[in-house]
Amino acid sequence: MKGFYVLLAVVCLGGVGWLAYSAYKKPAAGLGPEEPVPVAAADGFRGYTLGSDSARIEITEYSDFECPFCAAFATVQMPVIRPQLIETGKVRWRFRDFPLSLHKYSRTAALAAQCAGEQGKFWQMHDQLFGHHAWAQTDKDPSGLFRSFAESSAVNLPQYDACMASKRYAGRIQASLEEGQARAIQGTPSFFVDGRHYEGHPTSDAFQALVDSLSAARRKR
Amino acid sequence: MIRRRQAIALLALAGLFIALYLWLYRIGVIGELRCGSEGCETVQASRYAGFLGLPVALYGVVGYAVLFAVSLAAMTPGNLTRRGPEVALAALASLGFAFTVYLTVVELFVIHAICRWCVGSAVIITTIWALTVSGVRRRL
Repeated sequence: MKGFYVLLAVVCLGGVGWLAYSAYKKPAAGLGPEEPVPVAAADGFRGYTLGSDSARIEITEYSDFECPFCAAFATVQMPVIRPQLIETGKVRWRFRDFPLSLHKYSRTAALAAQCAGEQGKFWQMHDQLFGHHAWAQTDKDPSGLFRSFAESSAVNLPQYDACMASKRYAGRIQASLEEGQARAIQGTPSFFVDGRHYEGHPTSDAFQALVDSLSAARRKR
Repeated sequence: MIRRRQAIALLALAGLFIALYLWLYRIGVIGELRCGSEGCETVQASRYAGFLGLPVALYGVVGYAVLFAVSLAAMTPGNLTRRGPEVALAALASLGFAFTVYLTVVELFVIHAICRWCVGSAVIITTIWALTVSGVRRRL
């Protein structure tokens, strides 16, 4: 019985020590120094947005449609962020393409989203591309699948086909990539909150806390 | 029999600390989960990290705390030969085990992310469940 109590004490001390250490080591999830925003080349397009133009906070996401972390963010976090922050008018969300060179079909996917966006269906296509992300693991040309996503998104297919064939928005995607590179983005997804690099965890709770603290700070001014 | 109940108490205490760790992260006391992958935060930040309006980790805290308390009570001389504590432990462990199965299915097939702390908790509750069920069967 004595051995049992010794073990109990060891587990207890270990657990309490671990919790105390974890709480003490809490990192400050916050923003980096303010950086100038490069002006996108090509047609000057600055990315599709969600939310009110009058929202006082803007979050810019640099994302790659083939990136699994971006897909996880889009399918797990965004469904919470949309009603909590975007639809409440607190935040305007801006999407920027950052197709990584290691991904074979990122640019095709970005192009498909832009071609759907030309018809006002960017976010529907965004949701299709991230919501059915198995295409990113097959290494097969997903062009036909993207076309079916476009069809599901109620996109006019002849117009979509012409847009894809001419790579109409390739320059726009390249400009977005260069904009991200100029901001020293290391990976995707990356976020900027009102122009400042967000270095915390990309979770809905973290964004909610950050937006609340920014809003409170502005009210005090 | 006392060895089994001691093992259950130790496992429940370890599970309690895991659940506490995840709950303290959820409420913002701990800022970063040491997980070794993105899985823990993906799972913790998902809509499935809550159940009936409360964090899932809080159910774990309460569940393991009750299991720990009952297993300690079951070791008192008066309770060692009684069947009641054995059945109570088995019932509690079965509830926890069923909830863990549900959460594991959600992780694997809905969220598509694995939280290593949740796996640790799943191993603990499964072991507790196996110990309690074997205890009840021996008394039949």
